[in-house]
Amino acid sequence: MRDLMRWGAAAFAALGFASLASGNALAAEPVRIGAFLAVTGPASFLGEPEKKTLEMYVDRLNKQGGVQGRKIELTVYDDGGAPDKAATFAKRLIQSDNVDIIIGGTTTGTSMAAIKIVEPAGVPFISLAGGIDIIEPVKKWVFKTPHTDRMAAEKVFADLHKRGLTKVALISENAGFGKSGHDQSLKVAGNYGIEIVADEVYSPKDPDVTAQLTKIKNTPGVQAIFNFGFGQGPAIVTKNTKQLGITQPLYQSHGVASKDYIRLSGDAADGVRLPAAGLVIADQLAATDPQKPVVSAFKADYETAFKSEVSTFAGHAYDGLQIALSAIMRAGSSDKAKVRDEIEKTSGYVGTGGIVSMSPTDHMGLNLSAFHMVEIVKGDWKMVD
Amino acid sequence: MAKLMNARSGGLALLALVMAVSPLGFTNAYYYDVAVGALFNAMICVGLNLLIGYGGQISLGHGAFFALGAYASAIGTSRWGLPPLAALGGGAVLVGLLAFVLARPILRLKGHYLAMATLGIGMIIYIVLKTEAQWTGGPDGMGVDPLALGGFVLATDRHWYWLAAMLLLVVVWLALNLVESPVGRALRAGHGAQIGAEVVGVDTSHYKVLMFVVSAVVASMVGSLFAHKNGFITPDIAGFHRSIELVTMVVLGGMASIYGSVLGAVLLTLLPQVLAGFDDYEAMIFGAIMMGTMIFLPKGLLPSLITQIRKRAGGRS
Amino acid sequence: MAELLQYLFAGLTSGAIYALAGLGFAIIYNASHVINFAQGEFIMIGGMTTATLAAAGVPVPLAALAAMAVTMLVGVALEKFAIEPARDSDVVTIIIITIGASIFLRGAAQVVWDKEFHALAPFSGETPIRVLGATLMPQSLWVVGVAMAMIAGLWWFFNRTLFGKAMLATSFNRLAAQLMGIGVKKVLLVSFALSAALGAVGGIVVTPIAFTNYEAGIMLGLKGFSAAVLGGLGNGMGAVVGGLIVGIAEALGAGYVSSAYKDAIAFVIILVVLFFMPNGLFGKKGVDRV
Repeated sequence: MRDLMRWGAAAFAALGFASLASGNALAAEPVRIGAFLAVTGPASFLGEPEKKTLEMYVDRLNKQGGVQGRKIELTVYDDGGAPDKAATFAKRLIQSDNVDIIIGGTTTGTSMAAIKIVEPAGVPFISLAGGIDIIEPVKKWVFKTPHTDRMAAEKVFADLHKRGLTKVALISENAGFGKSGHDQSLKVAGNYGIEIVADEVYSPKDPDVTAQLTKIKNTPGVQAIFNFGFGQGPAIVTKNTKQLGITQPLYQSHGVASKDYIRLSGDAADGVRLPAAGLVIADQLAATDPQKPVVSAFKADYETAFKSEVSTFAGHAYDGLQIALSAIMRAGSSDKAKVRDEIEKTSGYVGTGGIVSMSPTDHMGLNLSAFHMVEIVKGDWKMVD
Repeated sequence: MAKLMNARSGGLALLALVMAVSPLGFTNAYYYDVAVGALFNAMICVGLNLLIGYGGQISLGHGAFFALGAYASAIGTSRWGLPPLAALGGGAVLVGLLAFVLARPILRLKGHYLAMATLGIGMIIYIVLKTEAQWTGGPDGMGVDPLALGGFVLATDRHWYWLAAMLLLVVVWLALNLVESPVGRALRAGHGAQIGAEVVGVDTSHYKVLMFVVSAVVASMVGSLFAHKNGFITPDIAGFHRSIELVTMVVLGGMASIYGSVLGAVLLTLLPQVLAGFDDYEAMIFGAIMMGTMIFLPKGLLPSLITQIRKRAGGRS
Repeated sequence: MAELLQYLFAGLTSGAIYALAGLGFAIIYNASHVINFAQGEFIMIGGMTTATLAAAGVPVPLAALAAMAVTMLVGVALEKFAIEPARDSDVVTIIIITIGASIFLRGAAQVVWDKEFHALAPFSGETPIRVLGATLMPQSLWVVGVAMAMIAGLWWFFNRTLFGKAMLATSFNRLAAQLMGIGVKKVLLVSFALSAALGAVGGIVVTPIAFTNYEAGIMLGLKGFSAAVLGGLGNGMGAVVGGLIVGIAEALGAGYVSSAYKDAIAFVIILVVLFFMPNGLFGKKGVDRV
């Protein structure tokens, strides 16, 4: 109901604005942005904030007069996290809705399926998923905003290396995000002198993972545990670790960088370390940090609008939208080829995920400095570096 | 009218006509894309209806057979360099064998026990596809090359539409023949009362196995086509949801109604596209439509419709 | 030894959860031979109502009662508006109706609540119980205890009360029951109310372990159905044993074989059992009418 009223208000405002504007700019073509997101399904707690963020900022920009005098028209479809649905919606956005640019693909699977559609069609596409396959090898029309799972693994391993912990047990979720993170972890572990001594998985909805953790506990020499997953799984891993009295440090991935994880895990989360974007620890960033004003403003916007804690996933959508819009402004039109070129030239954009500088060989433009290592202390984040 | 729907040639002609005329309303490739999806589902459902509607056996695992076909094509063409038709055929043979081996023991089960067994087989296949990442790419899936047939590449949705339309006609024609054959009559006898049929000397279990294999092979072949058309597949297509969706299409369209399966598949493929604008209310509306249809038309859309038409016609004469 | 015991405890925790889900299937099947695929959603609604009320400051026992009431209402409405009008339809038709209902209820839950996970504090604290080097959370005992209490309660209800006996009679022969003056409609209604209430209780005790969100019912429904079929449909004790077997098979599978294949191992066991015992472990042999 509240949604309906908001929509009603937005429509009314748009109508009023349109009648005012029709005097001068004779109904300029709107800038059409399309999105397909996992608003329902197992990744819905990623897709939902992404959708809300896009809607809020598009709405706000339209009230301020849009982009270069043109309204923004946002079309969002819910793919439920299913790759074949995502492909169909990508086609619908391109063919039926004539969008100028596509933002979305909450998960790596849906993004990869959509790439098959956007590449031949020649439409700029900014993915919001973590998998490194999305941008490696580089695809002409495809970009992404979140850090890759490889970067998360590297950040964790670097921290372990610093603490002199080299024998690590890996426990990952047996689904897209966890599996991809698991593979990347195995790939980069050697670079940091880390040896993976145990390797276990669990299903996304498992109510108990003590069996896997017992196996890890009984593996000789384990110095730290690294969990790759999102949703309820990592919280259950955390609680079960405490239940078993495992004393080795527990590391989580960037997939749990939201207060929900702490809320679900309770005391057991104390001492857990994870890589997180600046958005999560906005108030702890140094005053000189260039990200500080951006993330503080976004956090305030989001939390006043939706009365719930901001998550990094919402930040990915925000960054995607900002990168898209500034490229359109620099291009001076929504011509697809020009916008694509401008996205690739994105340089020094300060976003919620870090400072983005893309190039023809790097369609993400983030480096490890975008991640902060945080530790959970008494139910709150504490920046380690 | 009712006669026309029943008559084999009349129904086929009508189906062909509808499929030939529909593209007039397709303004772009997206429409073709959705239509191809609907025709693919229709083929699987016609096959599945032979098992559910005529054989009286439920299966909550056909999504897995579909997925096995898809992965057979994907792995066969991209990893082993097989020609697409060989991979498709190989997948179909493998799935047929698997279904044959499984059919005897599981078709002894009845009702919900059979549902559980087929569900379990589907889940096991799903887990294998998800886990054996060196073959299948794991949960994030794998890419598949477009379908090339003797130098001609099916690249556009329009090509796919006409291929799928022709194949659907063939599948429907085969299914109608099977249903009208002695095999089909035996099966219908079996559905009514197995013991009764056996008393008069019909070995129903033999035919049930046949229907199980046929429906699995159809699902596998469509899976192969789906893989080539989509260009990207993930293990999700083997999941429980996919299998349930297929059964729903069959039951909604009408059990033991070949054309009903086509109708059910087309409507349920289109419905999510139509409901896409309803945001968070989409699932509620979808569920309500499913319940409402089955409550008010318990025999399924097409059979209920035909009964209505017959009643009207009868009333007038 | 401690290792094996720990695996068994892990299996007990999951298994008791599956058993609770399976019980709901058994009750409705007993009264009507209907398999209600929205049973998982009853559990979800119970958990979500309790968790959100408790988070809003309502004392947990009160929130739990409210959750049971809400879920019972949903169960009764489902029976009244969706099952009863179609009660003479095919088994498959009713399966599709209940699947439709589960989609509807999930959709409603994401509108009424949200898409986030909700937790509930464990009833008896979070100090693990140590037994021979293995540990078990007190909440797991709550789940096991509640499952046991439910079995006892159901046994009493079906064997010692007039109405319970009537419900059983209906499941054996609907027409005869009707002729004896047993209101079949009422029996069906009560069975849905009962299984909804039990589902809610299940959701309440499970949420402190596994959390809940609007989609939590999918997994619980699937495992509950597996448990109920493995144990033999319509047999409450069978559903509990089935659930424990599935849970322990998963835990031992994860511990000794492969954590990637632990779910598959459970399904293989179910298939093997069904091959040899087509009516599950404790199921009655079905009577086919010609």
